[in-house]
Amino acid sequence: MTNQDENKEGIGGMINPRRYGIERVAYLLMRLSGLGLLAYFIGHIYETSSILKGQIGWNAFLAITQTNAGHAILAIVIAMCVFHTVNGIRVMLGHGGVGVGKPARPDYPYIPASQNIRHKMGIYSAIILAAIAMMYGLAVMFGE
Amino acid sequence: MRESIIMKIHYGTALAAIALVAVHILMRLTQGFAESLEYDSVIANYKFLPYAGMLEIILILLSIHGFNGLRVILLELKQGRTYEKAVSYGCVAAMIALIAYGSRTIIMVNTGMT
Amino acid sequence: MAQTPSLAEESGSTPFSSSQSITLRIARYNPQHDSAKSFMEFQVPYEKWTTVLEAILEVKKHFDHSVAVRYSCRQATCGSCGMIINGKPRLACFTKISELNSNVITVEPMNNFPIIRDLAVKFERLFDTHHKIKPYLIRDDTEITTNTKEFLQTPEELEQYIQFSNCIKCGLCNSACPTMATDSSFVGPQALAQAYRYVADSRDKGKDNRLKIIDDSHGIWRCHFAGSCSQVCPKGVDPAMGIQLLRGYMLGFRS
Repeated sequence: MTNQDENKEGIGGMINPRRYGIERVAYLLMRLSGLGLLAYFIGHIYETSSILKGQIGWNAFLAITQTNAGHAILAIVIAMCVFHTVNGIRVMLGHGGVGVGKPARPDYPYIPASQNIRHKMGIYSAIILAAIAMMYGLAVMFGE
Repeated sequence: MRESIIMKIHYGTALAAIALVAVHILMRLTQGFAESLEYDSVIANYKFLPYAGMLEIILILLSIHGFNGLRVILLELKQGRTYEKAVSYGCVAAMIALIAYGSRTIIMVNTGMT
Repeated sequence: MAQTPSLAEESGSTPFSSSQSITLRIARYNPQHDSAKSFMEFQVPYEKWTTVLEAILEVKKHFDHSVAVRYSCRQATCGSCGMIINGKPRLACFTKISELNSNVITVEPMNNFPIIRDLAVKFERLFDTHHKIKPYLIRDDTEITTNTKEFLQTPEELEQYIQFSNCIKCGLCNSACPTMATDSSFVGPQALAQAYRYVADSRDKGKDNRLKIIDDSHGIWRCHFAGSCSQVCPKGVDPAMGIQLLRGYMLGFRS
């Protein structure tokens, strides 16, 4: 059965953050930051292996990273790292059933208890902390 | 391996990595960011066995967590027996390759083989 | 394929006397001979209480009776009329035109379900996954074989699952789920919430059995707690809560 036969929304539907509130934004950012951090991690392992080429090799690699573009990339990595960590802890707690509310007879207009303020605050905190960490990183890198 | 065991490992590696990566980043900041990246300083870090051991553990934890995360995303994107096997074995192979490559750097610098 | 007839052109019945009207855009698609979805537009009058289903039936009655739509109870009980209304999965019978705050209402078939024709989709996979998690009480004895006439339960025990027994299998949660958007093998929020409904039932003894069924590479672990399923549920079931509580058993947070 093809994608069209199944009428699946596809990747466009999966990553669309506009329809279901901040939770879907967090879902998308979690995926993007995870992929971004994995790419950075692989690059980091590769770049640090230049230490094996001695001081000249290491300094040559360092020169590449200590440019404006290098600092900007590192700042984004810091933001991704903080968001992925804080939101990851929130999601892990949620996955264990922590903070998702208690089952109860629903009353109209049916506000889902699992989409509560605690989790929303967790998402906003992750975004704000990521922004602060990124700004701190930029201050450290460009302040020198 | 059952998916629940894989995902418990996924969560466990994440929690452990948070603590160790925090130490790794703090080492850069406490020494001064630029100074900590100087050649002699980095070599000294690698030659300090507990720190080299910590780097090795971070390497293993993040490789497992990262490539399992990638496997999860890829499994959700497309289905099919052959594709899913290729994704699972491919991610394990990439994980092992990255750990091997990173370990090579840590071991060679730590033992002075540069 | 766009046409904009008005009720005034029709002689005979004019069931809604309202002066207000909206443009109803209905997705038309027959997989047997259409290559892509198209939309037909109709001007439909409405009252404050007119539902989207009533507007669609108005179109069927006066403009184009070939529009395919599944419906039955018209009171959010049967779960038949789920569709995408202005971009979100909703029950057509439970959605008033006036609450959508738009002059244009677009109705499409639910995502992540194969289309039969126009707005009607196939529910086979939803029912298959529902059956897969064994949606019934599992125990060795029955009321007939034991001396007791019924399995007693305290109100507190009932509260643990009663919310989840409200599921009408309309499929809106599966349509909103981001994992279902790409993963055809995922069990889905509907079935997972029902797995919790039975696992949490004090009369049920099939917990280990069910947890084993959902513990595979396209089972409960493919839920990432995005919560879209709970936001669209028309019965307040909150599948996201049920799934996380169910996963709590597997992670050792609950016993």
